[in-house]
Formats: sequence, structure tokens, C-alpha cells
Amino acid sequence: MATPRFAVTASALDAAGVAAAAIDGLESVGGIVTFTGVVRADNAGRRVLYLDYEAYGPLAVRAFEIIDAEAAGRWPATRLAIHHRTGPLRIGETSIVIVAASAHRAPAFEACRYAIERVKQIAPIWKHEHFDGGDVWIEGATARPDDEGARAEALSRACG
Amino acid sequence: MRVTVRLFARVRDIVGAAEVVREVPEGATLHDVWQDLIAEYPALEPYTASVSAARNLEYAPMKAPLADGDEVAFLPPVSGGSDGGFGEAALP
Repeated sequence: MATPRFAVTASALDAAGVAAAAIDGLESVGGIVTFTGVVRADNAGRRVLYLDYEAYGPLAVRAFEIIDAEAAGRWPATRLAIHHRTGPLRIGETSIVIVAASAHRAPAFEACRYAIERVKQIAPIWKHEHFDGGDVWIEGATARPDDEGARAEALSRACG
Repeated sequence: MRVTVRLFARVRDIVGAAEVVREVPEGATLHDVWQDLIAEYPALEPYTASVSAARNLEYAPMKAPLADGDEVAFLPPVSGGSDGGFGEAALP
């Protein structure tokens, strides 16, 4: 079975498979940018032991589709593929792979950066950080795709 | 009518369940279900300003009316966009 473009999974992520999903069916490909997010050993001065990711899987996939549609509107002929992992992840393990494929490198880089900013803003995926001395749910942004201010901020970071 | 409520992260911890079924009156909105939960779990109240919601796997405003059998979800804030790595003050 072909790798889906958008997925939330408890299994280890396969960046090459995500890239293949991104370019599948795209007519003209000249650049493929991959962002791989990994679990960092420290956060806000705490020594992180591991992260436990929880997701509302079907809505997260819906969020990825929304982000892809937003990116396609801004960068024509550009396609995204996004896979996010759930469950307990050790330091250095991959939590997310985003691939942006396009005819040229500039839109591929920009769309990839835009996508990770948007995932962080709206995807219903939560990090439970287990650190040396305790644990905490990381809470940042209210997950609202129609918040135009947040969207503009993601665009600004992508095109800085 | 009856709706299934999905709960996540710290909101799930507060309620002590990932899923609850609530009986709500005809015409009830997402906001009504949230208020109903707060009445039972007052520790949810601080989330009123930051929670968002979904209805049948689409993001939905709190004023959205519900139908019998709906699956609704209340989403505490997600991890956010703070990790720019350049120092937050420098980011627009």
C-alpha cells in the first residue's frame, strides 16, 4: 500500500517514504525539502528524559490537509506530506517529518517552514514532557485554523 | 440527545477519562457542553479562554449547535510555535 501523504502513527517514521508520498503525482519536481523534528534533550532549562506525544489522530490528519491547502494557495504546484509520531519517544527520536516538494527550491523551503509553524499552531497533538524532577503538559497555542493572526505569523516566519 | 466528548492531554487528566458521553438538551452548543463539564470539573474553568473545539472531526466554534450522536472534542492549547531557536524576542 502506498504511504499516505498525511499520517499520525505510533510507529517509527520513515522520511524517505514521506518524501515519496509528497512527490507522487506531482508533475514537475525540482526541489524536495525535508524537515525532521527530533526530541531535544533539554527544554526551558530542564533536562528532558522523554516525551510522550498524544494526538487526536483523525483531526490531526484533517489539520495537515488544511495546512497543505493553505500552502498550495500560497505556493502553487507545491505539495506537502506530513507524518507525526505518537507515544513515548526517547531523546533523539524523530517526532515529525514534513516534506515539501515543488518545481523550484524557494517554494519548497518556504512551504516546509510554513508547515512546521502551522503544525505547532493548530494540530491537535500534545507533548507530555517528562523531565528530571517531574512532568508537564506543554501548552502553547489555541488550536484554531481560522486565526488569521497566527497564520500571518507562520507566513512571516516562513518568508522572513 | 447524546454526544460523545473526546478529551486530551491535561483536560483528559482533569476529567480522568479520554471519552465521556453527555446527555444534552436539544439545541445545545459546544459551549453548553463545555459549561456542563466545568460544573462537574471546576479545574477545567481556567481553560475556557484557551480551549478550542471540534465537532465530527472538523474544527468548530464554541457556538456551533450539536446533533444527537455527534462526536465533539475539546482541545487544550497545543504545543505552539515558540521554538524558533533564535531567541523569542527576535521573532516578529
